[in-house]
Amino acid sequence: MYQEAERHRSFTRRALFVGALQTGLFGLLAGRLYHLQIDQSQTFALLAEDNRVNQHLIVPPRGRIFDAGGRLLARNVPTYRVRVVREQARDIRRTLEDLAALIDLPQATIDEVVAKAELRRAFVPIEVREDLDWEEVSTIAVHAPELPGVVLESSLLRDYPYAEVLAHVLGYVGPVNEAEQKEDGDPLLSMPTFRIGKNGIEKAYDAVLRGRAGLSRIEVNAVGRSIRELDRDDGDPGRDLRLSLDLELQRFCFERLSSELAAGAVVVDVATGAVLALASVPSFDPRAFDKGLSHRQWRDWRDNPRHPLVNKCTRGQYPPGSTFKMMTALAALEEGISPNYEAYCPGYMSLGRARFHCWKEHGHGRIALNQALAQSCDVYFYDVARRIGVDAIAAMAERFGLGHELGIDVPGERPGLIPTRAWKKAAVGESWQKGETLVAGIGQGFVLATPLQLAIMTARLCNGGMAVRPWLVEPEAGALAGIEPIGVSPQALRAVQAGMHEVINGRRGTARKARLDIEGVEMAGKTGTSQVRRISRTERAAGAHKRKDRPWEERDHALFVCYAPYDAPRYAVSVIVEHGQSGSGTASPIARDIMTRALELDPSHSRTLARV
Amino acid sequence: MGRHARDGAAAAGRGAGRMSVATRIKPRDLRLVEKLAGIHWPLVALTATLGMIGYVVLYSAGGGHHEPWALRHALRLLFGAALMLAIALTGIRFWFRWAYAIYGVCLGLLVAVEIMGELNKGAQRWIDLGVFQLQPSELMKIALALALARYFHSAYLDEVGRPAYLLPPILMAVVPAALVLRQPDLGTAVMLLAMGGGLLFLAGVRLWKFALAIGLAAAALPIIWSQMHDYQKQRVLTFLEPERDPLGAGYHIIQSKIALGSGGLWGKGLLNGSQAQLSFLPEKQTDFAFTMLAEETGFFGGLVVLLICFAILMALLAIGMRAAHQFGRLLAIAIGINFFLYVTINVAMVTGLIPVVGVPLPLVSYGGTAMLTTLIGFGLVLCIDVNRFTQIPRFPVET
Repeated sequence: MYQEAERHRSFTRRALFVGALQTGLFGLLAGRLYHLQIDQSQTFALLAEDNRVNQHLIVPPRGRIFDAGGRLLARNVPTYRVRVVREQARDIRRTLEDLAALIDLPQATIDEVVAKAELRRAFVPIEVREDLDWEEVSTIAVHAPELPGVVLESSLLRDYPYAEVLAHVLGYVGPVNEAEQKEDGDPLLSMPTFRIGKNGIEKAYDAVLRGRAGLSRIEVNAVGRSIRELDRDDGDPGRDLRLSLDLELQRFCFERLSSELAAGAVVVDVATGAVLALASVPSFDPRAFDKGLSHRQWRDWRDNPRHPLVNKCTRGQYPPGSTFKMMTALAALEEGISPNYEAYCPGYMSLGRARFHCWKEHGHGRIALNQALAQSCDVYFYDVARRIGVDAIAAMAERFGLGHELGIDVPGERPGLIPTRAWKKAAVGESWQKGETLVAGIGQGFVLATPLQLAIMTARLCNGGMAVRPWLVEPEAGALAGIEPIGVSPQALRAVQAGMHEVINGRRGTARKARLDIEGVEMAGKTGTSQVRRISRTERAAGAHKRKDRPWEERDHALFVCYAPYDAPRYAVSVIVEHGQSGSGTASPIARDIMTRALELDPSHSRTLARV
Repeated sequence: MGRHARDGAAAAGRGAGRMSVATRIKPRDLRLVEKLAGIHWPLVALTATLGMIGYVVLYSAGGGHHEPWALRHALRLLFGAALMLAIALTGIRFWFRWAYAIYGVCLGLLVAVEIMGELNKGAQRWIDLGVFQLQPSELMKIALALALARYFHSAYLDEVGRPAYLLPPILMAVVPAALVLRQPDLGTAVMLLAMGGGLLFLAGVRLWKFALAIGLAAAALPIIWSQMHDYQKQRVLTFLEPERDPLGAGYHIIQSKIALGSGGLWGKGLLNGSQAQLSFLPEKQTDFAFTMLAEETGFFGGLVVLLICFAILMALLAIGMRAAHQFGRLLAIAIGINFFLYVTINVAMVTGLIPVVGVPLPLVSYGGTAMLTTLIGFGLVLCIDVNRFTQIPRFPVET
């Protein structure tokens, strides 16, 4: 009996121990529950909400782009695609075969879609075909009851009605790349179908055109099936833009330039800097980028020596040649050289052992500023350039907008180049040579400018020295805000203007053929024929540089800048024809035609014409 | 020499036992009314409450429908409760007498389904009984408790200290555990071993021996690891670091913790648990039923269930401690340990304290076997309590 009692006591002790252990462990479980459900409740509540809710972005329609007259330049057109949902189609293959009887649908596509549908969850729509035309869409819509599981969907595709005419200005849209996604926090960019502005206005004003994404919060279950929409915010559509461009003028410029292999033309309003036309030839189809560019097409465009993808007006940097002579002239006048100062031109200028030629072999004789501009005498400008030095010329050119970016609202603008002594030391590592001053004085050598810069330079010359800047979308502060005088004396400006007037209207002017055919309206301008490569002494002796049968790439560039009307300037035009041989022969007639068209299209001017 | 002396003492002890057989008073059998009056009704009420909570949980798991789980759960609960009460009204000596036989039958069934499983790859390892699908491995928990309780019923405290004496009970636990592990069912194997260990401890085995056994087991861990199935290894690894594979094996634990945590103090309301209702929570009607309950009724609901379980445990403990015979004491506590293991492993699992081993919450989770095992076990405990004054001789005369 003692044994039994001892065993019972032992059991009781141990049973109590087990009970205590169980109590302790239950306490631990309760503590764990408390930790999860009370302490960390908020964290887990967030995670549960993340699980439950799928947020769908609603893509806002992209803002449209209009020209100054309200004509549509970029729009969104609906594009239709057809999809199929496996769980709604009782027999997906049958459904697709029925569909194939209505629209063009190859057997291979059917097999592909069926295979794809088998792999995905039954409620996920599978794309069957995109880019349906209206007829196909309506056929499918009519037969919808016999096509279970077939869903029509539309989305917006960017479209440019005047494709090539405006490709360089408007740019284009395309799929978002990784760098853009990293840089821009907008959730829209993560959507596979979203298109972002890649170039031109589309890129510069992407944030404005894009709008704000809408959001639809949808409750989903664990496999991603939508249960219901919780709430919805439609977002804001992208804002429409109105450009300073005149579509008619732009189209005219483009077509007029199209007779050349590679050319560019810019028309600006001299009072505001508004860009009325910005044409570059050849061009490309901007729609190709959205639809998916073939590698071959891309290579063709990229490697084409005429550079269809490059906007020649803002990105083409050319030696301005004689169109630069106004800068040298103004610098000289500012440095105190009289407009009546006469240089002697024997056809060349000697500097040390080197000889710098005038375009006119036998020279102009004694010549002052007015005729030096009118006849584009190189030696006159060699002479004054040598007297004032390159830095004075550079300072003047900078004031007229050369040598730096003008800040036009199209991305990719190039700065051109206005050389100085310091620049050469830093960039080339050599000191400036006297001969280089002469060459720079006639806009050759290191000097580079874009057609846009030349147009702005011309505008600043004729508008009384106001530092207008180019724009396509009117600045927030207004077209005239922040335009300040560049501080050149009116007398100096008038002297140069008179010279430019003489170029076209003078008896010996180099661009007499550029006279406007409008009663009572006169134009002023300047030709430029800039060398692409140095002419060697032997070539000059053989007259090779004048021959027309040189390879295209070696021919001179033809330039022309002008403004009109002479007495009350409204527009400045610059034209470049790559390897066009002659500023007066090739570029000036184009500029004249463009200016004529610009004046015809100008409502205020046509009234004055009508009065006359 | 010492060995001989000890054997002599044991023989003498046995002789004394036989004497007590001769001197015992044969108790008269209880009448049915007495038996009904003696039933521990609070335990029955707690059990029924837990079962009904299970019904509500499964109703919610079915999205507010009796199908497919809630109704069958209720039917099983009714059937199991009837079985429980029936067992409560049997005589305790019946179970004592047939303890080894029941164990033998269960072991036989376990071997049989194992062979069936081997012959027919991927075959079910359960027997279909209509309302229930019976897993021999679950019945084995009861059978093992019965057999060990009977074995130690006759044991003297000093006999329990002899390794040779401990060998049969250890084998009784290890053999079925090994069979179950092969199935493979890690949870049940662990429970069988833990219950065997618990009974050995209650019978008086010294603590240092447990320490030694645990040490040996730890040493054997690498061997066990090499024997484990890949998915079991995955579960353990994932347990150690759930975020390792958030969409794969770690998914269950992560989603369960999210469900619990997001439930907060009062829960999201019945039928409103987003994790469970939108199917983020896997197995919400079985292994993760507790999670669903705690998501929809919050910390409050979870705590209520834990408290009910705790009250049941304490009732089982009290019944065990007031039984007049060692068989009843051991059996009651063993069944208590079994229930405790179910609840603890399940809750610890869904709260991310231990790996997901696939142990349901008895009476709440959908599934027949665990409910049946639990209710049969409780029936036996009730039976012990009804017959708590009944004496069972240490060495019954074989009939």
